[in-house]
Amino acid sequence: MKKILITVLALIINISLIYSQERNLPNIEVKTLDGNSFNIQELENDNNPIVISFWATWCKPCKKELNNIAEVYEEWQEETGVKIIAISIDDTRSMSKVAPYVNSSDWEYDVYLDSNSDLKRAMGVSTVPHTFLLNGKGNIVWDHRGYIDGDEDELYEKIEELGK
Amino acid sequence: MKKIIKILSLLLCVHSLNGQNIGEIHGDFNLNMQSYLEDASINAVAADEVIRNNSYLNILFTRNNFTAGVRYESYLNALLDYDDDFKGNGIPYRFATYSTSGLEITAGNFYEQFGSGLIFRSYEEKGLGIDNAMDGIRLKYKIGNGINLKTFIGKSRTYFTYADGIFRGIDGEIDLNQTFNLESKTKYIFGGSFVSRYQQRSNPLFELPQNVGLYAGRLNLINGGWNYFGEYAYKINDPLNSIQQENVNYASGSAFTSSLTYSRKGFGITAEIHRADNMLLLSDRDRIGKSYILNYIPTLSKPHAYSLLALYPCATQAMGELGVQLDVFYKIKKGTILGGRYGTKLNFNISRINGLKGGNSMLNDQINFTPELISFSEELYYSDINLEINKKLNKRVKYNLVFANQTYNKDFLEGKTPGEYGVINSTIGVLDISYKIKKGHSIRMELQSLMAKQLETASKKEEGDWLMGLAEYTISPNWFFAVQDMYNYGNEDASKKLHYINLNIGFIKGANRFEIGYGKKREGIFCVGGVCKLVPSSNGLNFNITSSF
Repeated sequence: MKKILITVLALIINISLIYSQERNLPNIEVKTLDGNSFNIQELENDNNPIVISFWATWCKPCKKELNNIAEVYEEWQEETGVKIIAISIDDTRSMSKVAPYVNSSDWEYDVYLDSNSDLKRAMGVSTVPHTFLLNGKGNIVWDHRGYIDGDEDELYEKIEELGK
Repeated sequence: MKKIIKILSLLLCVHSLNGQNIGEIHGDFNLNMQSYLEDASINAVAADEVIRNNSYLNILFTRNNFTAGVRYESYLNALLDYDDDFKGNGIPYRFATYSTSGLEITAGNFYEQFGSGLIFRSYEEKGLGIDNAMDGIRLKYKIGNGINLKTFIGKSRTYFTYADGIFRGIDGEIDLNQTFNLESKTKYIFGGSFVSRYQQRSNPLFELPQNVGLYAGRLNLINGGWNYFGEYAYKINDPLNSIQQENVNYASGSAFTSSLTYSRKGFGITAEIHRADNMLLLSDRDRIGKSYILNYIPTLSKPHAYSLLALYPCATQAMGELGVQLDVFYKIKKGTILGGRYGTKLNFNISRINGLKGGNSMLNDQINFTPELISFSEELYYSDINLEINKKLNKRVKYNLVFANQTYNKDFLEGKTPGEYGVINSTIGVLDISYKIKKGHSIRMELQSLMAKQLETASKKEEGDWLMGLAEYTISPNWFFAVQDMYNYGNEDASKKLHYINLNIGFIKGANRFEIGYGKKREGIFCVGGVCKLVPSSNGLNFNITSSF
């Protein structure tokens, strides 16, 4: 009886350990705007949080989200050290408009191209915008689908919670 | 004592398992349900099933460099805007992939694209009901020093089965700066690809090639704010399987695309030209339809998100078109008269797509014709000139203004008889304004107007003028409520001067989203990336869930 109990207990501990594992970024390559390959697992920000936002030049709520955050980004960075990564899922139809849009909009984000949607699929993104928050260790701790005005406040609260 | 040892050893065992990284399981789920009621005013038919359903569940397992995934798909029965062949339940998508020392091996299903897709693109677009995933083997090899190779063999998915053709492909890309340690400020990337389809000969009258080859070469030059991309593609003759000689075309096909971009802070410009001639690649020579297309000629027009701007959408003509497009992005600085307190963003876009003069290349016993490389035919397929102004007035108010003039060759693009509807010219205005009421609460309104005229005398009357209004109330981070009406007030047929009203309520929490809607949808063409489908008119309730873990 005791044997069984011990085994069950060990199994429970075991299972809880499996499930307590945090979610990591997949081993997928994207492109930088200047034509280099970049493995998304190499993202780093000196143990500070990272936000990954999937967007496209044809997606109005995506642009609204990133433009609204752009206005407060400097403040966010000073307060929390957060870094924002914008992953464009534009395919070859609109890919050539990503750099002109980003530069003309004055975005200070690191922008990557996922034109064959490899990263989008690997991260279970079915619609854009979809925003992920990573803690200082690079684990995904929160994600959010869609954008409505004011959602950036919730995101900022989650970023602040990580700093505590 | 024994017990203690046992516990210790078990704990150790657990600990070592944990240290090994057992792996992660993630996925996403999508449910779309729609009820169909009869509505004679818009020719909407009731579905026998009353409710139809498309659902998907993706599951991915990852451990170190190994990933495996499956997708369960359920069409019971498929929504009316999907092809009937999507029927039943199944796991049409499953794969396993691992990588080691630069080599990545995938067995099962995969999506792939070579260059800009001119000779090969396998992709999924749920909105269109297209999923032509490959099933086979794919290898990717990073040789190092900026040289990458990809190669595959496989068959292309259509619905719950596979198209007849067997595809083989190889693609290589070299980054010269990395390979030869160039100190140059300009980045040089060259690429080349080859794809071939094997399909058994089966025509009683004509000899058809069993193997059809396509190749393409591309280059990308990048220097500071400048970026040039060009690709040329060629297809060896690939006649359709027909017993009528006029349909059997032994001409080869070709396509090119070329874009030049310049951008700096506050300004960006993109100029593009492309041409396609007899460049349709099908996964099965004997079939016609969007599900069988396995290459992609990127459309040269701006993808519009506002409904009246997308009422007459552009569809790519892989059989023959010549198009140009120019985009200018400019931000008027803040603190100036036009820029105001936050700056004003402008996007000007113009595109024009014509047929090739004399038509596409043809070669058989009766005709031998090749169009000139740059020769616009008189026949305009599509043109769009539009200006978008995006402005934040103050902390509460933001707006977006769009003016557009579009010309749409309905007869040609929708395969009607010449002279049936002719060419439609429409002038469109959109005002989209958001107002922040208080923290988390916002209201957004859209007002759109479309005024259409038929440019030639045609035997049938088009729908005429439209008005559209939308009001949306959102409570961040959880709720949205929307009501919209599209009103075809300009229809000359009084019985078709109809209101298309839709109501939607959505609830979002983290990675889960629920939406319920009710309304009338107009019959129309819906396009993503220049690939289009006909959406039938409908009247009913819809319910959607998207979720991921």
